[in-house]
Amino acid sequence: MTLFVLRRFLGFAVTLFLAALVIFTLLDLLPGDPAQFILGISATPEKLATLRDQLGLNAPAYQRFFGWIWGMLHGDFGISYTQRAPVAGLIWDRLGVTLPLSLFAMIISMAVGLPLGIIAARRRGKALDTAIMVLAQTGIAIPGFWFGMLLTLLFAVTLRWLPPGGFTPWDENPGLAFRGLILPSIALALPQASILARVMRTALVDVTGQDFIRTARAKGLTMGQAVWRHGVRNALLPVLTILGLQFAFLIAGTIIVENVFYLPGLGKLIFTAISERDLILVRGATIILIIAVTATMLVTDIAYALVDPRLRERGAP
Amino acid sequence: MRRILNHPSLAIGLTATALFALIGLLSLVWTPYPIEQIVISRRFLGPSPEHWLGTDNLGRDMASLLMAGTYTSFLVAALAVAIGAGIGVPLGLAAAAWGGAVEWLVLRLSDFVFAFPAIVVAILITALFGPGAINAVVAIGVFNIPVFARVARGGALSVATLDFVAAGRLAGLGNLAIAFRHLLPNIMSLLIVQGTIQLSLGILSEAGLSYVGYGTQPPETSLGLMLRDAQGVFLIHPWLTLVPGLCIVCIVIALNIAGDGLRDAIDPRLRQGQTNVVA
Repeated sequence: MTLFVLRRFLGFAVTLFLAALVIFTLLDLLPGDPAQFILGISATPEKLATLRDQLGLNAPAYQRFFGWIWGMLHGDFGISYTQRAPVAGLIWDRLGVTLPLSLFAMIISMAVGLPLGIIAARRRGKALDTAIMVLAQTGIAIPGFWFGMLLTLLFAVTLRWLPPGGFTPWDENPGLAFRGLILPSIALALPQASILARVMRTALVDVTGQDFIRTARAKGLTMGQAVWRHGVRNALLPVLTILGLQFAFLIAGTIIVENVFYLPGLGKLIFTAISERDLILVRGATIILIIAVTATMLVTDIAYALVDPRLRERGAP
Repeated sequence: MRRILNHPSLAIGLTATALFALIGLLSLVWTPYPIEQIVISRRFLGPSPEHWLGTDNLGRDMASLLMAGTYTSFLVAALAVAIGAGIGVPLGLAAAAWGGAVEWLVLRLSDFVFAFPAIVVAILITALFGPGAINAVVAIGVFNIPVFARVARGGALSVATLDFVAAGRLAGLGNLAIAFRHLLPNIMSLLIVQGTIQLSLGILSEAGLSYVGYGTQPPETSLGLMLRDAQGVFLIHPWLTLVPGLCIVCIVIALNIAGDGLRDAIDPRLRQGQTNVVA
């Protein structure tokens, strides 16, 4: 088990290092001189040279790259050119919206998708199963952000139950902050819940046909007990893989849904940074997204091994 | 043909998909009005005989925009599938045919690419070159590469154990010939099914990317861009949001039904949980 976890951690570190290299190489080719951009066209060559020096743009590329990595390991993501504030702090503020949003969406999609999948599998071939699967098929086809627009129309404009957009910071009023995230989380959760319902159903149907369920029935359990005690745990394996991937993509998906509700999350920060060509900020925000995605996959892998001891013994799936 | 008719869902899905694709293609030669035609005095009109789906905030004809937008969305998604399959399938085949270090490298590479969600790739390209439809193509295409690599490898591995492949080896065929002459034709059906799924995911991703401003740019239009244009006025004129959104939903459902049907028609044993993950 230790070896397995160590290998996974090593893979995680290598992936992040290579991702940082890719991001750095791409953004280092960015056309346009950031110093020129900050100072405007009328800047004197002397001023430009001084600023380039201050920003460390004169150092060789490899020095800047390792400087960046070294800084990140110490929580220093550099200083934003345009906002004149530490990138780490800017991103941290925005994660206060983006992270809870993805987390809520995940919880909602599990709370809705998994039970629906289990019900559909237990009623396989019946009308209820068909109804749930039609619902899931439709849910998968609906873009989350568009669903968010529809939710706003219904709950914010027509019924006036929830705010149509905007965000009150957590430290000002946690209740209002939470209310602001309800509709966006539901919008994000819809496609995910649909996928989860389908995967859960298929996995449970597969498991139900297996010998150990028959054994459990033979020793006197009812079908419901057998499925609940033995089936669901085994069916959770494929579901877990999907969950990990989903959470990773939820974090990316929030960037789009934030736009509908005018939420001050990572998406807004990145969009502004790009239009102002704030290279350091774009670099920091993208690497944070990739860290989030990769870390989620790492946790999933380890959780997978915890749930399924067979994988632990073999070393790696 | 009979195989298609034996599977009603396949017939329905394929017909609906073809219909949308045709509507999109038609926009290349004919739309009711030119999509760039801005008539401010005729904006926010409801559906009428002159404007079947009404007009948008700039007085452009919604039906024309929808046709052109459908074309762009299909084109972006199809090119992204072409990139994904064009690079991913050879990688997957190489992994299956050579095995060993090649396989290890391909698997690690696909793990690595999985760490870049389409939106992150789109952000990076936009930071470099500015926004455009081509960004969406590349971003979604990159995301498709590991998907196709894995499907191709998985399919090829199960074919590679069959006798005719061993016979080919005995006949002196090299890995390259085995991969393209024996493995590829036998996993074609798998790849077509996956292609349909990726096409529907691509249409959803294009919509998302264009909606946040990293994809298609005016004067071109796409279904996602129409939603972006409607964003500012959707509380007062929800119609402008409903039309392109419903169009996306219908196209994606059509593609998914076609994909499920194809899978059943080609090989009922493949009927398993589809692990669509939306980028």
